[in-house]
Amino acid sequence: MTESAGTIVSEGKPPPRKVEAQAVPSRKASREGLLEGVRKAGVTAIFFAQLLAACVPALSRPRLIIAQIYNAGARSLIIIMLSGLFTGMVLGLQGYDLLHRFGSEAALGTAVALSLLKELGPVLTALLFAGRAGTALTSEIGLMRATDQLTAMEVMAVDPLRYVAAPRFLGGLIAMPLLTAIFIVIGLFGAQLVGVQMMGVDRGIFWSQMQSAVALKDVTEGIVKSLVFGAVLSLIAVNEGYHTEPTAEGVGRATTRTVVASSVLTLLLDYVLTAVFL
Amino acid sequence: MADPHSTSQPSPEADAVIDVRDVHYAIDGRPIFAGLDIRVRRGLITAVMGPSGTGKTTLLRLITGQIYANRGHVSVFGREVGDMGRAEIYATRKRMGMLFQNGALLTDVDVFDNVAFPVREHTNLPEPLIRTLVLTKLEAVGLRGAAHLMPAELSGGMARRVALARAIVMDPEVLIYDEPFVGLDPISLGVILRLIKQMNEALGITSVVVSHDVHEIATIADYSYLLSEGKVVAAGSPAELAASDSATVRQFMTGGAEGPVPFHYPAADYASELLGEPA
Repeated sequence: MTESAGTIVSEGKPPPRKVEAQAVPSRKASREGLLEGVRKAGVTAIFFAQLLAACVPALSRPRLIIAQIYNAGARSLIIIMLSGLFTGMVLGLQGYDLLHRFGSEAALGTAVALSLLKELGPVLTALLFAGRAGTALTSEIGLMRATDQLTAMEVMAVDPLRYVAAPRFLGGLIAMPLLTAIFIVIGLFGAQLVGVQMMGVDRGIFWSQMQSAVALKDVTEGIVKSLVFGAVLSLIAVNEGYHTEPTAEGVGRATTRTVVASSVLTLLLDYVLTAVFL
Repeated sequence: MADPHSTSQPSPEADAVIDVRDVHYAIDGRPIFAGLDIRVRRGLITAVMGPSGTGKTTLLRLITGQIYANRGHVSVFGREVGDMGRAEIYATRKRMGMLFQNGALLTDVDVFDNVAFPVREHTNLPEPLIRTLVLTKLEAVGLRGAAHLMPAELSGGMARRVALARAIVMDPEVLIYDEPFVGLDPISLGVILRLIKQMNEALGITSVVVSHDVHEIATIADYSYLLSEGKVVAAGSPAELAASDSATVRQFMTGGAEGPVPFHYPAADYASELLGEPA
């Protein structure tokens, strides 16, 4: 009985010492986590400033930048085109189904174009870019770090920030709007394929409605978003690769961090930019 | 032998290309150097030896200005590394060449472009002249025929030789070798040894060789330093080190498991740990 009463008491009022013992490390851990987060943000900000400074001289080496536009852009083309096509086709199907309920099939072109230009084009391209080009950038630079190639450049009096990081950053920055534009164009084609060819929406109405409803502001929103995503995602990929722990495990972790941070930041920034434009 | 600077060879300070004085350096509070003194004289091959983990590679990073000493002085070509700005550090590095343990070749370009890399970055020489220069250096290391190969197609020894060609392509005054013999077969090892000696004799390059391969080093070094526990424990010509009666030197030169340098990492009592008893 005494035992049972004791149990009830201990369940109702946990011993204060126990609570204290759990709370202190938890507070300490969260404080350390916060400090680590602030430190990492500071390191990234300093790296970004150094990277921007290195971009100026890197512009005088267009050959290196073109090679990186090819790596980040041209090599992502197939995945971007395929994704754009299927996204457009799904939009065509869903859009037609939805608009048909209200007898507004004529607005299909406008709905698809605005969805692709303002949201799906930039966001999906950014997510695909993070998975394809971002991981490639991080692992490539990370392996250069792990195999002493960056150190060798330093010792040869060649700034790796200028030779390796800046061209890759600029390559990603330039490739992203181009990939987004291609994604949108292919997406529109896919939507037209389903809406006009399969569902029977009038071709003239599909394109003319789109022309009259889509304003320059909508196109600008898409371009600005893709430029911001290009800068942020390239920065994340290059930064993670440049500061990776020089081991196989370190490169793997950096690559994972690139995908996670890029995806979350893309969606977060998309909300912020949409709010700014509305 | 106890004083590394009182040698049989002349040792005027003006002759020192690299001078490391009373250097203290720690990583995360763990001391790596505690009063390190090393002097590298012009035109000589200086070996820096020591057991693994004694900070040999860290010493090279201090010399090339990748890291800075917590205390003490590191001077290269008569200038204090800690006082140099970024531009001066880069200018100093152009006068040095470094051979990395794994070669550190750029993996996305072929052997020719690897060797041409520093020349293209630092000069405006016309391409035909760069070609001649690169082929000359590749011929010197016996790999002119491998100019078109990618680094992934090279053996460890070949990669090391390409890295050597790249290190000498700018005609440096000082060549630094970080563990140049690790993982090499006897033939490649012999080739690298011969090349180090040739570079020193034919081109008059001052060489710093960091290694723990005692017998190989003994055949080419003019002067050797033996590091242990963060400082120089012995210095002298290879013959002087071989004749040393210091227990640390004897253990290192003969490869003994027991001695001043313990074989076992500090641990609890073996029997107690096996029996699961608390430490």
